[in-house]
Amino acid sequence: MDGMALLTITVLSVFVGFEVVSKVSSTLHTPLMSGANAIHGIILVGAIIVAGQASDGWTLTLALLAVLLATMNLVGGFVVTDRMLEMFRGRKGAGR
Amino acid sequence: MSLLSPTWTALLYLIAAICFVLALKGLSSPKSARRGNLIGAAGALVAVVTVFLSMKLDNIPWILAAIAVGSAVAAPIARRVQMTQMPQLVALFNGVGGGAAALVALLELPHTDDPWVRLAIVFTLLVGAVSFAGSLVTFAKLQELMTTRPVVFPGLPIVMSASVLVAVAASVAIIFTGAGWLAVVLLVFGLLTGVLLVLPVGGADVPIVISLLNAFTGLAVAASGFVLGNVLLIIAGTLVGASGTILTRAMASAMGRSVTGILFGAFKGGSTAGSTVASDRPVRSSSAEDVAVLLGYAQKVVIVPGYGLAVAQGQHTVAELQGELESRGIEVVFGIHPVAGRMPGHMNVLLAEANVPYESLKEMGEVNPEFKTADVVLVVGANDVVNPAAKTTPGSPIYGMPILEVDSARQVVFLKRSMRPGFAGIENELLFEPQTTLLFGDAKESLGKVLAAVKAL
Repeated sequence: MDGMALLTITVLSVFVGFEVVSKVSSTLHTPLMSGANAIHGIILVGAIIVAGQASDGWTLTLALLAVLLATMNLVGGFVVTDRMLEMFRGRKGAGR
Repeated sequence: MSLLSPTWTALLYLIAAICFVLALKGLSSPKSARRGNLIGAAGALVAVVTVFLSMKLDNIPWILAAIAVGSAVAAPIARRVQMTQMPQLVALFNGVGGGAAALVALLELPHTDDPWVRLAIVFTLLVGAVSFAGSLVTFAKLQELMTTRPVVFPGLPIVMSASVLVAVAASVAIIFTGAGWLAVVLLVFGLLTGVLLVLPVGGADVPIVISLLNAFTGLAVAASGFVLGNVLLIIAGTLVGASGTILTRAMASAMGRSVTGILFGAFKGGSTAGSTVASDRPVRSSSAEDVAVLLGYAQKVVIVPGYGLAVAQGQHTVAELQGELESRGIEVVFGIHPVAGRMPGHMNVLLAEANVPYESLKEMGEVNPEFKTADVVLVVGANDVVNPAAKTTPGSPIYGMPILEVDSARQVVFLKRSMRPGFAGIENELLFEPQTTLLFGDAKESLGKVLAAVKAL
């Protein structure tokens, strides 16, 4: 995809991001932070691509380190967010 | 071999991106939030499977092993962490994400000679490194592996400026030459800049820094999307960048300060400076039994929890007190300031963990009109966020900070450790007002005594 198309997507994402996040209730700001945190763990995709194209030992080592770190970010982020959100319960009967 | 055509790949990445937007959208209400997060996780899974199926990749067993190890390390930590330790865990996960982005950029440099791609690479490398090092220092501060006080030394602004200058110079040189050794220089100075950025920030301001570094990692990931030509990374990174930016600004305004003031205030001598001298003016203190009588014969009680409650781990006791009062037919709600706790919204998580239903957790704007109709306001371990000086004293350091208007209530009870002022280091006039009584002691112990006394009524 050419540069301008990518830039267009970026600018539109900024607006979507601001729009969606400004509606988040301040009660849930901590899960928002850890949830957003989990989402940027998707750098794992980038790390996998780099590791899959590595041809020498050094590059592969560093790329696998990136895969490892990104996985921790992604998996840990979603797990901990789920744990937090599970605790937000409504009054008995009124909730789930 | 690639099983998926470029069209299918793009389509699956689009689905993953939509899942991420839905994950954030779900957080608009506690009801939909958990489902939203699971949708986000599903999106991430789709994306990871897609990358394996869409490209010809070598070293797959190694990659799978690294993923397995990463999951095996992170999932148990995430499951076991105490809710009070959430800020440092978020900082840690944020840091490793930034580190991964920086490594990806570093390794992609030899594969391109396009200056625009190199620009994206140096951005990812620099911001990722700053985020990695900054987050680890933040983690160390919150975990109390190092001092939580601002660390300032003479010449810090000069060292900081020099470090940034070297980083920028290296960036420019990389864009024109693509030299690998310069990328390592950039990485080192990025790390140094990250450390220097966070060192001078005091304990109370650390949450803002976490939020800001979260935005940084998001931006680094978005830039890495330009490096790899991957739309999903661009969208996901940008969403996180936007959310981090909004949160950082929301927190700074809830503290009545500017983001730059928090980051660079310490260069001029301590970001959370202030007196820690206890006042000796007379106050009305009372016993747990008196407080229990006040609460037990009220019709409506608002509890204002602050940082002191979290420190004392008193959230379960306060939840029990709420239950006991409600069983007597008393209406009890929690009025929660946006910066109560150690990160935005942290107090809500702590109370939710103690099984307080989310309907009882009221935001500042929602609860402020309710103080007038409340019989008793119980302030537990909070001080600056209920200080009327923020509205009435233009010269005060907290002037302009939005506060919980506890001063409009008929009766106010403070549970406090001592007469020492809060982070802002200023006295709270409300403590000396006639409608105020104080109960001194550790928040958890005091709550326990009050709870026992209410039960005995």
